[in-house]
Amino acid sequence: MVQRRVFLKSGALAFLSLGLTPGFMWRTVWAEANRRRKTLVCIFQRGAVDGLNVIVPFAEPNYYRMRPRIAVPQPGARDGAALNVDGRFAFHPVLAPFKELYDRGMLAAVQAVGSPSATRSHFDAQFFMETAVPDYKSVQDGWLNRALSAADLSDPQGHQYLRAVAMTESMPVALKGTESAVAVSDLESFLSGPPAGLEAFEALYDEDSGDAVLGGPGREAAEAIKVLRENDPRRYQPVVDYPGSPFGHSMMEIAQLIKADVGLEIAFADVGGWDTHVNQGASQGQLALRLRDFGDSIAAFCADLGDRMEDVVVLTMSEFGRTARENGNAGTDHGHANCLFVIGGSVRGGTIHGEWPGLEPEQLYEGRDLALTTDFRNVFAEVLSSHLGIENLDRVFPHYQVNRAKFFGLMG
Amino acid sequence: MARAILLTSIALFAGLLRPMSGAAAVSQAAEAPGDLSEREAAVHVLNRLGYGPRSGDVERVMEMGILTFIDAQLSPASIQESPELERWLAEYQTLTMPTTQLFLEYPPPQRLQAMARRRGEELDSAEYRMAARKSFAPLMELSQARLARAVHSERQLQEVMVDFWFNHFNVFARKGPVRLFLAEYEREVIRPNALGNFRELLGAVAQSPAMLFYLDNWMSAAPDGANVAGQTPRRRRGQAKGLNENYARELLELHTLGVDGGYTQEDVVEVARAFTGWTIDLRTGEFIFRADLHDADSKVVLGQEIAGGGSMSDGEQVLDLLARHPSTARFISQKLARRFVSDDPPEALIERAAATFTATDGDIEAVVRTIVTSPEFFSREAYRSKVKTPLEWVASGVRGLDVPARDTRPLVGALNRLDQPLYGAQPPTGYADIAEAWVSSGALLMRAELGQRLARASARGPTGRELVREGLVDGALVLLLPAVDTERLRPLLTSEVNEQTQPRMKVETAVSLTLASPEFQRK
Repeated sequence: MVQRRVFLKSGALAFLSLGLTPGFMWRTVWAEANRRRKTLVCIFQRGAVDGLNVIVPFAEPNYYRMRPRIAVPQPGARDGAALNVDGRFAFHPVLAPFKELYDRGMLAAVQAVGSPSATRSHFDAQFFMETAVPDYKSVQDGWLNRALSAADLSDPQGHQYLRAVAMTESMPVALKGTESAVAVSDLESFLSGPPAGLEAFEALYDEDSGDAVLGGPGREAAEAIKVLRENDPRRYQPVVDYPGSPFGHSMMEIAQLIKADVGLEIAFADVGGWDTHVNQGASQGQLALRLRDFGDSIAAFCADLGDRMEDVVVLTMSEFGRTARENGNAGTDHGHANCLFVIGGSVRGGTIHGEWPGLEPEQLYEGRDLALTTDFRNVFAEVLSSHLGIENLDRVFPHYQVNRAKFFGLMG
Repeated sequence: MARAILLTSIALFAGLLRPMSGAAAVSQAAEAPGDLSEREAAVHVLNRLGYGPRSGDVERVMEMGILTFIDAQLSPASIQESPELERWLAEYQTLTMPTTQLFLEYPPPQRLQAMARRRGEELDSAEYRMAARKSFAPLMELSQARLARAVHSERQLQEVMVDFWFNHFNVFARKGPVRLFLAEYEREVIRPNALGNFRELLGAVAQSPAMLFYLDNWMSAAPDGANVAGQTPRRRRGQAKGLNENYARELLELHTLGVDGGYTQEDVVEVARAFTGWTIDLRTGEFIFRADLHDADSKVVLGQEIAGGGSMSDGEQVLDLLARHPSTARFISQKLARRFVSDDPPEALIERAAATFTATDGDIEAVVRTIVTSPEFFSREAYRSKVKTPLEWVASGVRGLDVPARDTRPLVGALNRLDQPLYGAQPPTGYADIAEAWVSSGALLMRAELGQRLARASARGPTGRELVREGLVDGALVLLLPAVDTERLRPLLTSEVNEQTQPRMKVETAVSLTLASPEFQRK
């Protein structure tokens, strides 16, 4: 009796015995391989979210001195108190779902993380964070696209068309590059395919077209749609309620794509409205409203996926933080370092990582912002390495020396 | 016979620029492999010197003579502009407003807020948002106008050159108040110099508030301790201390010499020093030279000593130096050859174009002429070798179908969805001019989707009715893909069209599939 060993992407061995038809065997292997496929979900908060009001450094007296109108009250305060997490930091009260994930060990955070670039331009900073080569305008492809190319595609019938999906109208810089990625602003319209019909479109781009440059991508587009139609993600109705916002909708669709086993490795979504220069609010108000939707959508996503979260990591990011001091409009201006979240079933949650530089005047960057103690690329590198198993990190982060010694042990 | 005449004229024309005997030139051209037919050449010229043929254009160009057509396009002033287009453009009032007026009437919300505060008032967040929206109106008008011109202007080459130079000297509309500087930038800096003299264009760009703000030169000041004509620099709030190298670097890397053009980091610093004090009066949005911010010491750029003195002359001298540098002639020629001929243009052509650049001291018209009358331009390799950018795809579709496009807002929206928002390239490199930048599975699906909308709009109009009368599939193919081998497409379109019963749906299907085809993505 011949036994065949098949090495799955996760490294586990599967013994398959004779008696199964090859087709069945491959489908099983394929399903298995896909089932254990890891997915990274990157969420970009565009506009520079005020990290100091998201993960509140309530033990810093200066936090309250510098923000008389917009500081989030201490844990234990009567109204709108921050949710104590580890004695130094507390979550904004609307992030109660995050607190729960933290307590369950699924959520970790990193403080004082960000980009060394001095730019305070949203667009430049977002560009630099998505290319992950700060201050180099000559590199124009995205770190996630380079990650796709560095990732080892070892499954036998690799559906390479849907490895990366951006839930946005146009392709974000982070996913631009040589590897195939699809921007799907909404599944419904993507699934309905080209208006003249998928078959016609496919015929336009088949090998007979003789177009070496256009033929491939055209056929890939048709394949992506076919794969999606065969594994229709809309079959997987959410088991929880998502917020009705566009961001909530995006998270729901990413969950559907994951459940549909279409081979998704990287998902990208973004959410705006964080640029709170005026009237930011404290426990309530503009920022709180957005943050509530943000937290609820991600929490719903985690609940929806249930134990599939073992193979999923959600990584949040924002181009820079905001000033430590409130400004004259009860808001904040562009700052420097920020915080981010790492959420997933295999994440070693329950810790806030990162060296906290403090908020004393001499500890502030340029006398105004939270100083940087961790380069965002090191965190991104750690997630790519520990979660997606990517080893060739130099290729993903050119002009940067990844410091493995400074990895936080985010994954367990 | 016509073909021989065409080849002879091209060869002779080219021969004017190359020292070669007339007979040799003719025989060489006549024997050159892969020549285009006259019809193909006409289509080629319309696709490369403009945004594609409208119905009847191919015949008109053939009748006029291809070289005559090229000649005319190289002198836009000699072409009568479409009166209809001019009427439409006149309705976009912000197009002709000086920046000072735009600043007054469409101020950025921050400015309005500051002004309100000075009166003791405050804008609430709704008013703030409305002010923000209104301050984008000039950008919207400019975008609509640009598309209207691409589609309707008779001065097609001029519009292609405006696109080329804007992209070469790229600025990003959404950085700070740059959007309010754009009307003047396109009107006074780019369009008038598009087929003019490179040094003049370079100088106009260097003084433009759009570029000064976008690449931060407006806040570049002499470093502490530098000679500033005996004055203490007055620093403005938010201004970087000292030198900002951003503009100097891009001037060398992207505007003139090119990344391998032979400059060093020291050169970047010296050039930055030369441009200190070239700044903007932010009350009026106009250029102003601030001697008190200018580093008046002498500089050394590319081995040349540039005397100091405290005026704008050292910046001007740097521009003179750069405009005349052989690397610049080559870099610009290569980009132009890439635009007009192919993604990877032949070396020999680049060299000849660069030689023209140098010989004419940067006469853009002469360089373009060298390129678009060259055998390389009219070669089989160049024919249909380039992939249309989103702007070219949209404009060529609208032109080909003669879709009434007075309100170009949907077209502006289409460009956003195709990832080429007008004035929206964030890095200073602008949009790339090669196939890789625009070809992806998502992009092709998006073009198919947008193509269907365009097809629907055309099906309703006169073109649609015409197509129904003439014979759909052939009609659509001839209209949108003249002088292209459509053997493959014909049966495909026919079978899809036959599945439709309604005439309008038949038209829509034929047109939509043509617009989505790989054939239509090429120019």
